[in-house]
Amino acid sequence: MTEHHVDMPAENLSAEAGPRRAAFFRTLGDWPILPIILLLPIILFGVFGPLISPYDPSAVNPAVALRPPSWLTGDGLAHLFGTDYLGRDVFSRVIAGARASLLVSFFGVGIAGIVGITVGLISGYFGGWLDTVLMRLVDIQMSMPAILLALLISAALGSGLVTVIAVIAIVFWTNYARVVRAETLSVKSRDYVAMARVLGCPDVRLIRRHILPNVIDSALVVASLQLGAAVMLEASLSFLGLGVQPPAVAWGKMIAESKLYLATAWWLPFFPGVALVVTVLGTNMFGDWLRDKLDPRLRNT
Amino acid sequence: MLRYALKRLGVGLLCLVGVSIIIFVAMRLAGDPTLLLLPDDATDQDRIELRQELGLDKPLPVQYAIFVTDAVQGDFGMSTRWKMPAMELVLARLPATLQLAGLAFSIAVAIGLLSGVTSATTRGSVFDQGVRLCVTLGLAVPVFWVGLIFIMVFAVDLGWFPTSGRGSFAHLILPAVTMALNPAAAMSRLSRSAMLGVLGADYIKMARVKGNSEARVVWKHGLRNAAIPVATLAGIQLANMIGNTVVVETIFAWPGIGKLIIDAIFARDFAVVQAAICVVAAAYIILNLAVDLTYGLLDPQIRYD
Repeated sequence: MTEHHVDMPAENLSAEAGPRRAAFFRTLGDWPILPIILLLPIILFGVFGPLISPYDPSAVNPAVALRPPSWLTGDGLAHLFGTDYLGRDVFSRVIAGARASLLVSFFGVGIAGIVGITVGLISGYFGGWLDTVLMRLVDIQMSMPAILLALLISAALGSGLVTVIAVIAIVFWTNYARVVRAETLSVKSRDYVAMARVLGCPDVRLIRRHILPNVIDSALVVASLQLGAAVMLEASLSFLGLGVQPPAVAWGKMIAESKLYLATAWWLPFFPGVALVVTVLGTNMFGDWLRDKLDPRLRNT
Repeated sequence: MLRYALKRLGVGLLCLVGVSIIIFVAMRLAGDPTLLLLPDDATDQDRIELRQELGLDKPLPVQYAIFVTDAVQGDFGMSTRWKMPAMELVLARLPATLQLAGLAFSIAVAIGLLSGVTSATTRGSVFDQGVRLCVTLGLAVPVFWVGLIFIMVFAVDLGWFPTSGRGSFAHLILPAVTMALNPAAAMSRLSRSAMLGVLGADYIKMARVKGNSEARVVWKHGLRNAAIPVATLAGIQLANMIGNTVVVETIFAWPGIGKLIIDAIFARDFAVVQAAICVVAAAYIILNLAVDLTYGLLDPQIRYD
């Protein structure tokens, strides 16, 4: 299957709507509107965080500790999401948390992708004992619950930004490897690959020019579907105390810190949690959209 | 069938060996436990003696060989923190985890299957739309956040359930429901799509024509044929639950294996981490194997060779 652009069913528009309007809605239907709406603020927070943030996210001010969201108490915009037990502005911290979350998941999933695609290509193309060894490695790693593997690696490497990226890369590479290997096996048996080989095309060039372009779409779909899981894993690790360390801010850590104030300060766990849900929801929906767009066969995976 | 089962068992054993190497290496990389075990004013001589006593002065492959030889005999060494055999400690915590995971799994399957199948048979209805919205949200909410919100609302504000710990049946409800949320959503989504794929088939029409009741058509003829992907997912979910107990047990201070692993990691208690993760990984591998082997019972068309 090389035909990737599947025609979307035309929108059900009434006959009065002119062809231009129909065309407009069709183009609109091609765009992931909802994921963009959800993710745009998070991405803006992540990229321009320090410019938007009303306060320094680490600035301690005991005078205003544990204030509820200011619009509830009639204090206007002073502290939109309230303040925490040290008087730090929760809104500023939610903004700062976006950076860690996005950075870790993008780099983690990216590195996982590079490793996984390479392994998948090698395994699928060369086959033989190399394939067996690499796939057994995948089996072994997958026979361990992801969160336990993540905990082990964080415990071994010590917590911090680089560790969390490494954890995500290590946890997620296996999925790419499996998908890319399967795709490579099917692409390899096509006539044009055999043709290229007969003409003396060297292996590396053959993989790069003839196989990689045909498996990259599936890998992209895997990446987009894993992004949400990576955000979630990063948050879980920082919730457990094994994530990025201060002064970096992480939503999971904020939620963990709120445990002692559950009876008095609902806004402490609420807002970082909402930010997390919005991010995961947005990336999941984007992943679904991309999958339908690039490779409808992968539906239900 | 037997050959297939043996082959899968072999792969399972290989996985267990691999996992044990991963755990062993990770724990040795994690740092020197003597720094934590000895008081700050201990001399280098004390430290060297303790390392000898714990066998940490031997080369890594030798340490691993000792670890494996002892492990197959059920001896994972002494917990440095709780001062008792590591395996004993893990086994003592196992019932609590099984109880929690078992209830959470039952809730997830019951809700997921019921909502998914009903959603498929009433496709496009308000109920269907509602279920799909819940599924989308259910897959995106972090477990630990939901757990805290539940504690805040149902334990602190309303006082219906205890906030944490283990004891009465009431203690079990919040953690089990929290843990069931994500798998229930996944289950619901998959059973809906598997069911939709089946309901248009000729044998379903045939079953209707023959005058079967709608419930019988859906739940017997339909579900039986949609069962393979659903059962696969259920197996994966059950296995994942054992891992997910780490987070849920930490939130609710549930005294199971998950909480034990976290406490042991922070205490650099190698023996306990090794024993606990080995038990969990073994359970995970066995469950996955069991799922593979039950395909034949669900679908007689599958032949093993």
